Amino acid sequence: MAGLLHLHLQLQSTLLPSASALRRRAGAPAPSSSRRRCRVEAKIREIFMPALSSTMTEGKIVSWTAAEGDRLAKGDPVVVVESDKADMDVETFHDGFLAAVLVPAGESAPVGSAIALLAESEEEIPVAQSQAASFSSSSPSPPPPQETAAEEASLTPPPPPPPAPVAVSAPAPPSPATRGGGRVVASPYAKKLAKDLGVDLFSVTGSGPGGRIVAKDVEAAAAPKKAAPVTAARPDVPLGSTVPFTTMQGAVSKNMVESLAVPTFRVGYTITTDALDQLYKKIKSKGVTMSALLAKATAMALVQHPVVNSSCRDGKSFTYSSSINIAVAVAIDGGLITPVLQDADKLDIYSLSRKWKDLVDKARAKQLQPHEYNSGTFTLSNLGMFGVDRFDAILPPGTGSIMAVGASEPTIVGTKDGRIGIKNQMQVNVTADHRIIYGADLAAFLQTLAKIIEDPKDLTF
Amino acid sequence: MSLFAASAAVASSAAAYGYDTIRPVARLRFCGLRREALRLHSPRSTLQLVAARRSVVAAATAGNGAAASGGFDYDIVIIGAGVGGHGAALHAVEKGLKTAIIEGDIVGGTCVNRGCVPSKALLAVSGRMRELQDEHHMKSLGLQVSSPGYDRQAVADHANNLASKIRSNLTNSMKALGVDILTGIGTIVGKQKVRYGKVGFAENEITARNIIIATGSVPFVPKGIEIDGKTVFTSDHALKLESVPEWIAIVGSGYIGLEFSDVYTALGSEVTFVEALDQLMPGFDPEIAKLAQRILINPRKIDYHTGVFASKITPAKDGKPVLIELIDAKTKEHKETLEVDAALIATGRAPFTKGLGLENINVVTQRGFVPVDERMQVMDATGNVVPNLYCIGDANGKLMLAHAASAQGISVVEQISGRDNILNHLSIPAACFTHPEISMVGLTEPQAREKADKEGFEISVVKTSFKANTKALAENEGDGLAKMIYRPDTGEILGVHILGLHAADLIHEASNAIALGTHVQDIKFAVHAHPTLSEVLDELFKAAKVNTGVSHSINEPVAV
Repeated sequence: MAGLLHLHLQLQSTLLPSASALRRRAGAPAPSSSRRRCRVEAKIREIFMPALSSTMTEGKIVSWTAAEGDRLAKGDPVVVVESDKADMDVETFHDGFLAAVLVPAGESAPVGSAIALLAESEEEIPVAQSQAASFSSSSPSPPPPQETAAEEASLTPPPPPPPAPVAVSAPAPPSPATRGGGRVVASPYAKKLAKDLGVDLFSVTGSGPGGRIVAKDVEAAAAPKKAAPVTAARPDVPLGSTVPFTTMQGAVSKNMVESLAVPTFRVGYTITTDALDQLYKKIKSKGVTMSALLAKATAMALVQHPVVNSSCRDGKSFTYSSSINIAVAVAIDGGLITPVLQDADKLDIYSLSRKWKDLVDKARAKQLQPHEYNSGTFTLSNLGMFGVDRFDAILPPGTGSIMAVGASEPTIVGTKDGRIGIKNQMQVNVTADHRIIYGADLAAFLQTLAKIIEDPKDLTF
Repeated sequence: MSLFAASAAVASSAAAYGYDTIRPVARLRFCGLRREALRLHSPRSTLQLVAARRSVVAAATAGNGAAASGGFDYDIVIIGAGVGGHGAALHAVEKGLKTAIIEGDIVGGTCVNRGCVPSKALLAVSGRMRELQDEHHMKSLGLQVSSPGYDRQAVADHANNLASKIRSNLTNSMKALGVDILTGIGTIVGKQKVRYGKVGFAENEITARNIIIATGSVPFVPKGIEIDGKTVFTSDHALKLESVPEWIAIVGSGYIGLEFSDVYTALGSEVTFVEALDQLMPGFDPEIAKLAQRILINPRKIDYHTGVFASKITPAKDGKPVLIELIDAKTKEHKETLEVDAALIATGRAPFTKGLGLENINVVTQRGFVPVDERMQVMDATGNVVPNLYCIGDANGKLMLAHAASAQGISVVEQISGRDNILNHLSIPAACFTHPEISMVGLTEPQAREKADKEGFEISVVKTSFKANTKALAENEGDGLAKMIYRPDTGEILGVHILGLHAADLIHEASNAIALGTHVQDIKFAVHAHPTLSEVLDELFKAAKVNTGVSHSINEPVAV
């Protein structure tokens, strides 16, 4: 150590004066905070998506070079943006602290839109973060496991402090891998993943040697269950009293009663999901959720069976819809709502997943616009996360069919070559309006859907 | 080792980083031609100066067969047959000097057996492994590779076999030229007298007109760290690759630690760096270090703790993991305890100078290093040069790199043959063989700025990215940066730093230029083949703006 350290120390001493010289050249750092407090408006600057070429309209963020809370000097690289020629470093034009990242890595933003907020001083970071909450639907402050939060649609208020105990989907009471004194032992990759996926390490059980948290523990904590959204932390029911319907509950009731006038029938089908599960495992790191995959598969099947996508509005004609809009039933606190994935057959799975995430956040925040929940042409309802193996759903008025999806369970099956094997099997059950959809139509649709799910390579287009 | 290398190493500039000022560029050209006759040349050695490289063997056998002049057993005795000793021995024989080399352990020393050679073998494997596992990279080239794997023992064997091969090549090259290889620990017992012998055997005493100490170094292990060779170990053990731990802590983020992090992460381990200084890779140019962090550390399964010492490391036993206690480097208070599967100690190397008998000639080591002047002559406790005694390589601590040791050895043999020689250490390149590689020659930007401020000249910096290079993009390895620091008034190149594909090979154009004193405005006309990575340097040279005609520094008044 002696010789090299000697050299290193020498180098270090030469580094220090230069580093401060560089800072001097870069411009004065943020002024003292005491003066700032007197002002009403905080100096929060936006970092914009730059136009890296004359034809660029939207840029994709490859990675954030700086993290929230980092101090930046003018000219420091903040983010790497993908342009058609190369990944370009985008620098900040001002000194400050990176207060909030508005567009996470992997996502795109239009040129000129704000992608991050830069606070001039450390005190302004929380202010910037609350501004950020209004910018986009994704909350900037450390939330509970991202995926489960999106799926859950449970009402957690913005700036959430410790992760709210999430119902059902959460695993058994989390036991932290701490070691006397609240210390967390996690491997380097586990720590990185936790940061990227927004998992709180204190809530993860470690399965590595000596109880340390390894990467797959973090992934398991962040992973959504196979089932789509639904389940809320239901508020306590006041027993022994009569509570009138809320507006939403009244609407649901009205719709259900209306559906009694429609002649419906049901067809069930068992689908093997091994291939779909494998695909999901491969691409879930890119933000794809199971509900998005099912919606996409359903949409692709509907392309081939447009009559299943039609509705009967007046009792004497087919209304064929020009687009395939998959509505997915989501239970939210106090009721049920069906955010709609419009043109689900036309979007690729990644955009569909992104859209789904946005819709669920909006639903959670009760900010869905009418056209975002009443433009569905086909509805999906999933109770698989509760372990329900099959059920049938009530047909929402104005549509032709609704599909109820159960859990995917490992099942012993007889295979074609006379052997016994185990496959993951999921039961789906479609309720359809017999005025427009006949048995054969529905059966054919389900056959196509099964084919798509059992051989899902086209789903990733 | 050729004559060309010898003259290239000649310069009038000062030795190590940061010491002394650089004398004017003009002197560089003339120094090599100066001949100070220290002693009479025998007609035979004059002939050898003229002889071409190819006739070395004939000339050498003639040279080493004859008795040493002056009644000594040998003209030169070199203690230590590592890279430094070997380089000196070959050059000495070429100069017609009767040479013996004493080796107490194994020929080849650290470089061949526990350093450069096996580590490059492991890095070659890790580089390929990393490429094959990078699905995204393969796909972008249109390739499909199904689950690449490795056999740990076969990888270790590759490194071992390579070391054996190089070791025997080295031994044979010395034997063929007639160098006497003496086995045993060498001790200086008096002026021009060396004793050597294997432990437990009788010792032999020989006389030598000149003695060169080339005993090298060993990994330095700080206090409090318990080495068990299996879970807590140094590079010596690591290169045998007896196991690939799941999680390894590397103490020290210099080039040794960095290279090992490359190997381990490619083979599937996760790494945690423990660095005493406040930033990782403190020896590199800061801009390169920042980019290196983005490319070599952030995307890999590596995290780090800076500004901390590992005050105590306990090896793993009874199922408990290795425990590393970290204390704040400044306040010394306990910060954290890491629990990992293995720990590699890469905190630098300590000189191996015990048992040399230096006290017999009144030489006192400084933290183990042998004090030398710019000519590698050993200085005694009173500050005077000890005549006929030299020390080269890691043992003197000037620049602990293998090629620096052999360059120093050649410089010393030149002096012994009657030509004064001062090695310009700033023209010696260094490389770090991670993927992508890092290399450098000369000063870092902060060092250059400090020098410029002190001596009153301006510096300029030009940079270019590998993304602009056709060949790099063809390989889809566009990550990289090259920068050059130079004087815009004279065109002198002060430093070049490269991070990118094949950086270790590309640097030599720059190190040659610095060694020969080539100015930027001249080298920019040199043609580089297209498409090659060397065009990265071509870009740097062409981008430099030199105000030729301005031959004085800005501080001097201009005559009106």
